[in-house]
Amino acid sequence: MQNKSHNPIAHLTPADIEQLGKELDAIRDRVVASRGERDAAYIRRVIATQRKLELGSRAVLLFSLFPPAWVVGTAGLAAAKILENMEIGHNVLHGQWDWMRDPKIHSTTWEWDSVSPADQWKHSHNELHHTYTNVIGKDNDLGYGIMRVDEDQRWHPMHLGQPLWNFVNACFFEYGIAAYDLELGRNLKKGRHRDPGFRARARAVGRKIRRQVLKDYVLHPLLSGPSFLSTLAATFTANLIRNLWTHSVIMCGHFPSGVETFAKTSIEGETRGEWYLRQMLGSANISGSRLLHVMTGNLSFQIEHHLFPDLPSNRYQEIAPEVRALFARYGLTYTTGSLPKQVASAWWKIIRLSLPNRRATPAVEQSPAPALTAG
Amino acid sequence: MTSTVTRLPRTAALRDRLLRLAGAVTTPLLPEDYLDLIDPLRSGAALRGRILAVTPQTRDAATLTLRPGRGWRGHTPGQYVRLGVDVDGVRQWRAYSVTSVPGRDQPITVTVKAIPDGVVSTHLVRRIRPGTVVQLDQAQGDFVLPRPVPRRILFVTAGSGITPVMAMLRAGAHRDADVVLVHSAPTAADVIFGAELRDLAAQGAFRLVERHTDAAGPLTADQLAALVPDHLDRRTWACGPLGLLDAVEAHWAAHDRADRLHTERFRPTVVAPGEGGEVTLTRTAVTLPADGATPILDASEAAGVLMPSGCRMGICYGCVLPLRQGAVRDLRTGAVTTAAPGDGVLIQTCVSAAAGACDIEH
Repeated sequence: MQNKSHNPIAHLTPADIEQLGKELDAIRDRVVASRGERDAAYIRRVIATQRKLELGSRAVLLFSLFPPAWVVGTAGLAAAKILENMEIGHNVLHGQWDWMRDPKIHSTTWEWDSVSPADQWKHSHNELHHTYTNVIGKDNDLGYGIMRVDEDQRWHPMHLGQPLWNFVNACFFEYGIAAYDLELGRNLKKGRHRDPGFRARARAVGRKIRRQVLKDYVLHPLLSGPSFLSTLAATFTANLIRNLWTHSVIMCGHFPSGVETFAKTSIEGETRGEWYLRQMLGSANISGSRLLHVMTGNLSFQIEHHLFPDLPSNRYQEIAPEVRALFARYGLTYTTGSLPKQVASAWWKIIRLSLPNRRATPAVEQSPAPALTAG
Repeated sequence: MTSTVTRLPRTAALRDRLLRLAGAVTTPLLPEDYLDLIDPLRSGAALRGRILAVTPQTRDAATLTLRPGRGWRGHTPGQYVRLGVDVDGVRQWRAYSVTSVPGRDQPITVTVKAIPDGVVSTHLVRRIRPGTVVQLDQAQGDFVLPRPVPRRILFVTAGSGITPVMAMLRAGAHRDADVVLVHSAPTAADVIFGAELRDLAAQGAFRLVERHTDAAGPLTADQLAALVPDHLDRRTWACGPLGLLDAVEAHWAAHDRADRLHTERFRPTVVAPGEGGEVTLTRTAVTLPADGATPILDASEAAGVLMPSGCRMGICYGCVLPLRQGAVRDLRTGAVTTAAPGDGVLIQTCVSAAAGACDIEH
């Protein structure tokens, strides 16, 4: 069992934490001041590549009856969908490229290839998850409300099945996200299904699902003529691969061992420095090649992303050595590992926590997380 | 006749249906997002232009030749076009007079003078390369000659203020009228289109009065009156720096001839960032005072306006609204963002304070 009785920031004084905040602000300011043509060219190149890859793969799939075409087209489409969701969609919707003032690449105008409408995802992700990162009871990304991913979350017999729930969620991850953005479970349980706001949002999700399904499972198969069924299978497979991949990457961001969680009370009156510190302790990176970083949307630099969610994704890799040096200087653990290792670690946690555990400090509910007012 | 009438809506409906089908195939993108990869200048695309050539004009001015997209509806000499150019990765819009003669499927030209600290003008004169695609708006502006052309015309210009007038002269304004052009520039070498103007004047097309202000100082209204004694009897078009235009307007108004004068102000609003200012929320029609330290989001909410908001710390972009004109300061970095009328610069209201009067669309 993970020992959570230690406090990873006990050695830091409030002055240390404020100084840490200032050093991180300085990194941010430097990147903001140097954003320019090179970054703009990067995102435009990624977008153009993604569109050509998607178009090319869909064209190949018109002949998907021919097995090599099926394999090439499916692989290409899966890669295009992954790029679209991760390096482009996720990051554009974060406002990482808003500074270019290009209305075609802007968080307020972008819509992505996912059944969750962009504006709903922006609310649950940018506003809730990124503000309340890893705060139990506030950040629903901690187990998406269906799983127990922290020793300090209360165990319930339902959690016995969570390895299965997690696998099913991984396969249909985009639907899981849509349900999660709608807070479907909570809203239905509390009988809020008649609430006009909820109904409007649910209708928007319904419309988005219809458009996505019509495109992937009706129109493109129809365009393939005799290859109708094989194209349908190819698109389904591409979506499945995309879902499994994004789910794995996102699991690696906050679930592997070494990642800390926080109590609701610990963030009251939180300073900028303390907020930074929570992001540092609450995220984990993935090590790997350049291609891996692009395919994860640079969420392999989850720590850097959580510190500076609106900096252009191509810059995370550049500032990572500096951020890591800062961790070392302040005696903090920079959690990172290869993709297989981090995925295994996250899965092991989900399996392990499907069973009840002894709580570190059983007397008070949700308190043993590191209190951020050290001293 | 009747068949045409019935056929038109039917083709329109068919076209509409095809477009909707294409949209369903490409969702969540639009068909144009893919077509733009192939031909950004095609008809039906957002209006853009490709730079064909950059020709130096004087030591600090250059002429850009552009091939506008097929949606270009042409221009009238004297009108300007708004150009959207990416400078250091950031889209910037500026207006420039079209200096070419209108013609079907002809490239257009604009002539840009690099002003000190001018982000866009310096980029256009010194850095932009042929082949670059820029954003365009349709030509607009009413600084144009009426039809029929008045018999006697006076042009008063200075610096790059010659550009709209050049378009009129190239289109042959002097063929139907008696034209006098009084143009100011620091030296003879700084006169944009200097050789072309002197040539035309030598051929007797019009009377050219050059004023070289480094030696002779800026032109005053009295001097203008002496140079062109019948100036008040001429229909006059003036374009240049604010000082010149103010002097000319005062002179014509003092002689009760303001109706015969047309002026074009190049940079109508120079936004000088200050501390705080009046924030106008244009749709809500609320104007409120805001100081330079309070986020516009907070100031607006304090005034009872329901604002979009999110994290309130500048990370979630849930509060972004278009700044239509004015200036705001980013409270985290101190960086000032300005917008001229017609712009829609998107700003994060939760970390932006007013830096002067500003209009925000909400």
